[in-house]
Amino acid sequence: MKTDTIAAIATAMSNSGIGIVRISGSDSLEIIDNIYRSRIAGKRLSEADSHTVHYGYICDGEDVIDEVIVLLMKGPNSFTREDVVEIDCHGGVLVTKKILETVIKYGARPAEPGEFTKRAFLNGRIDLSQAEAVIDVINAKNDFALKSSVSQLKGAVHDKITEMRSRIIYNIAFIESALDDPEHVSIEGYGEKLLVEVEKLLIELKNLLKSADNGRIIKEGIQTVIVGKPNAGKSSLLNLLVGEERAIVTDIAGTTRDVLEESIQLGGVSLTIMDTAGIRNTEDVVEKIGVERAREYSLKADLIIYVVDSSTDLDENDEEIIQMIKEKKAVVLLNKSDLTMVTTEEMLEKKTDHRIIQISAKENRGIEILEETLKDMFFSGEISFNDEVYITNIRQKNLIQEAYESLEMVKKSILEEMPEDFYSIDLMSAYESLGSIIGEKAEEDLVNEIFSKFCTGK
Amino acid sequence: MSAIVEEYDVVVIGAGHAGCEAALASARLGLETIIFTVSVDSIALMPCNPNIGGSSKGHIVKEIDALGGEMGKNIDKTFIQSKMLNLSKGPAVHSLRAQADKAEYSKSMRKILENTDNLTVRQAEVVEILAENNVIRGVRTFSGATYNCKSVVLCTGTYLKSRCIYGDVSSYTGPNGLQSADYLTESLKNLGIEIQRFKTGTPARIDKRSIDFSKMEEQFGDERVVPFSFSTDPETVQIKQASCWLTYTNEETHRIIRENLDRSPLYSGMIEGTGPRYCPSIEDKVVKFADKDRHQVFIEPEGLYTNEMYVGGMSSSLPEDVQHKMYRSVAGLENAKIVRNAYAIEYDCINPRQLNPTLEFKQIQGLFSGGQFNGSSGYEEAAGQGLVAGINAALKIQGREMLILDRSESYIGVLIDDLVTKENKEPYRMMTSRAEYRLLLRQDNADLRLMKKGYEVGLVSEQQYNSLINKENQIAAEIKRLENTNIGASKEVQSLLEIKESTPLKTGTTLAELIRRPELSYEILEPLDKERPQLAADVIEQININIKYDGYIRRQLKQVEHFKSLENKKIPAELDFLNIDGLRKEAKQKLDLYKPLSIGQASRISGVSPADISVLLVYLEQYRHNAKKQDMR
Repeated sequence: MKTDTIAAIATAMSNSGIGIVRISGSDSLEIIDNIYRSRIAGKRLSEADSHTVHYGYICDGEDVIDEVIVLLMKGPNSFTREDVVEIDCHGGVLVTKKILETVIKYGARPAEPGEFTKRAFLNGRIDLSQAEAVIDVINAKNDFALKSSVSQLKGAVHDKITEMRSRIIYNIAFIESALDDPEHVSIEGYGEKLLVEVEKLLIELKNLLKSADNGRIIKEGIQTVIVGKPNAGKSSLLNLLVGEERAIVTDIAGTTRDVLEESIQLGGVSLTIMDTAGIRNTEDVVEKIGVERAREYSLKADLIIYVVDSSTDLDENDEEIIQMIKEKKAVVLLNKSDLTMVTTEEMLEKKTDHRIIQISAKENRGIEILEETLKDMFFSGEISFNDEVYITNIRQKNLIQEAYESLEMVKKSILEEMPEDFYSIDLMSAYESLGSIIGEKAEEDLVNEIFSKFCTGK
Repeated sequence: MSAIVEEYDVVVIGAGHAGCEAALASARLGLETIIFTVSVDSIALMPCNPNIGGSSKGHIVKEIDALGGEMGKNIDKTFIQSKMLNLSKGPAVHSLRAQADKAEYSKSMRKILENTDNLTVRQAEVVEILAENNVIRGVRTFSGATYNCKSVVLCTGTYLKSRCIYGDVSSYTGPNGLQSADYLTESLKNLGIEIQRFKTGTPARIDKRSIDFSKMEEQFGDERVVPFSFSTDPETVQIKQASCWLTYTNEETHRIIRENLDRSPLYSGMIEGTGPRYCPSIEDKVVKFADKDRHQVFIEPEGLYTNEMYVGGMSSSLPEDVQHKMYRSVAGLENAKIVRNAYAIEYDCINPRQLNPTLEFKQIQGLFSGGQFNGSSGYEEAAGQGLVAGINAALKIQGREMLILDRSESYIGVLIDDLVTKENKEPYRMMTSRAEYRLLLRQDNADLRLMKKGYEVGLVSEQQYNSLINKENQIAAEIKRLENTNIGASKEVQSLLEIKESTPLKTGTTLAELIRRPELSYEILEPLDKERPQLAADVIEQININIKYDGYIRRQLKQVEHFKSLENKKIPAELDFLNIDGLRKEAKQKLDLYKPLSIGQASRISGVSPADISVLLVYLEQYRHNAKKQDMR
């Protein structure tokens, strides 16, 4: 553990209002001193009185991130009874996130789910009779974090991390089996070989970090699912949305393309769009799996885009979809408006309360209206998403960074010609950090790897 | 009919490596102790490999010594070859290993036992543990004699319902054909103790006169031998050493094994016990690592006054005729005469999660256990546990706080914590990779880590303790002096650096900074350091290590700080985990099964997540608060 000072975003993540980043722990004041600039030269917040408000800027070195108001609450007169600093910024997802990242860069760690409340409780700030309530908060937040850390992680990233971990553990196991049984296994000159591997891993991690900066590690936009019966034009809609200039879609270097998911910016709102198999009752096994997945995704989605083929009649499949999205946030797109309309807006209005927009994916008509609609829904707060997702991303980025630093230590040890046993200590840290991203503990992995890959023993 | 009834404080069952340490510790702490063995001639027997120590095991022996145990002293008196392994690696993995003269080792330990005050050696098979309301009352032997006592230490090793097997031949005996203990298991089960069955094996012993050593590589001991014990005078261990020999299996050996696999009791299902993966039989190695065209075979003497040679690397349970062919296919063993066959052995042991880290059973007051009975393997692992179990059996009777070693201070602590906290599906062997703070747990500083504890317990003398304190002070003072002694870029300095191929100084620095350079050391800098005090070699060793690896050591110390904070959050024994609402079901069940003593221990149980730990912390806080309120009423 690097530090016991924690930080998190305390406000809901939306593109309006203000954003608050909260820091708690013994290093809070030192951290704010390092990133806060006042107009008054040399002003240090650690020297300011408790419970005071300060105007200034948050900077990362020379870069000014935002104009802010900082609140100081020195322990024990704070929510957690530790030194607490709150940074109120202009809000907006990007700025708030950037400030949190800066706070972490300067020595805090992302708070565990429910950790502020837990600290407040353990430090006697919350009435001890409220233990159950505190436990509920921890559990609720943790459930979400668990769900998001696994489900939000892109499949390709998961695979990449798993693959890197297996390379790391193999190397640790080799070193350890040699240390354990030096007369059976020799590691003379191993440093050079390992250096090549470590340098490769460092490059790969660097790429992952870059992807994390661009929000491509996890699906952090609004989880959007396109549904509709087969041939309604779902895929053409997706292609249209993605294929335009406004779409930001890039692969993570070295990973396979995850065809189902695309991240796009539409009217300044970031969406993670999943194309799904058309929903219809089917006996075809493969397609059935696709349909099941579509249902599953729809349940978890923040927003559903339901594409209706206006050139055909509504059938039982449509009825099923309409039922499915009844309780969800959704937009109905009446596609193929370039053809003769069999199903009309009026007919749909009787069946659903959701907004209906006529489009033609083929002729690229109506997309602007969709864009405007989404913007409205987002800024009015009609669609939002849990800020834990952002925290998850920052937490994961932090873990990748930790793994990177551990491998840098390995590299340093090799270059300084330290003995081999020093390599495996930092390799293990890297292995554990990467494991936390995909929710896996190290436990007996190493011992298992040693015994399965290397022949040692008497 | 009248049977003998005698009174003791502590009864130790079994006189192997665990039992000997347990009995000596308890007797030396002033308690009337009796140790039972099925054969007095087999005290401290080494039924498998003829060596003590090795990677991480050597650390354990040093720790036993620092705590006031006997193993290190005994091997220093009876070794015939000694080697410091991993010398080219970092100091944390340097490991001492000595070849023992098995007969001498056993004889010498027997002499110690027989001449220790308060200790009675008794040959008899204990068949029943007597307990009332889950409190130990005594034991009963096969002949019906009763020995009343307050604590019992079970160190039955591989003797419980043991069965030796090779091919289709099997016999219900302990190792080396010794009598097994067939009744105790039932008594333990009646006390509610969960039993499991493990397996291990040993290679054949071959007559030295039938071996052609010219086809093998000779393996020598170190020129300068380092003793295991901190109290052994290094000059007394500079003896004439025996050699070991290295040879290899070959394609022919592997063919013989493969062709006869169907006759192996392991593959035919005749053996049910779970064997260790780290100590595979030669047939396992050939099957699992089919791509390897040869495996190493170490030929090691069993002692100076016997011709028996141990065939390290070729343990087996194949039939006798296959063994015969297999060994004879190895270079140098063409005419080998087998003295004792290789065999596998199955035995009853416990699932160690039934124990507290004190090695006392959670359910039965005064019942302790150590060694292979706890699901471990190896002489050293056994001795380490035996020592802790023996100490605690005594401390409990004396009403003193029992000894718990933690993961940040010793390998023994890692060993016990792993045994009582983790799922254990095979005999547990120590490895340096199991110790997360291994940079701190070195063999060279076992005294600095543990001798104070040994002194507080009462097994380390005042004199030893004083010299330890003196050593500590010398190390601290000298490191401080080196950190504060500036050194300029003078001609004398530059020329010494040049000779040692070290980059010349651009500006002044401290002596400590120079020692940090890999190519330099405390000793090398002597000509530049005029005010240096006279220091012993072991003090200088500590200075070098502490300065050179300062950065790494600091990082580990920081981790230890966090570890300790969780370890120090104790969980009350009466806490009912099943009643804590916010815990997930799996966590509740696991916590209830293992009944951890601290938050730290709880966090290491597989299936307990960080969120569960948070919930537990919150719950405990309220629990304490309520308990306090009740006290006040």
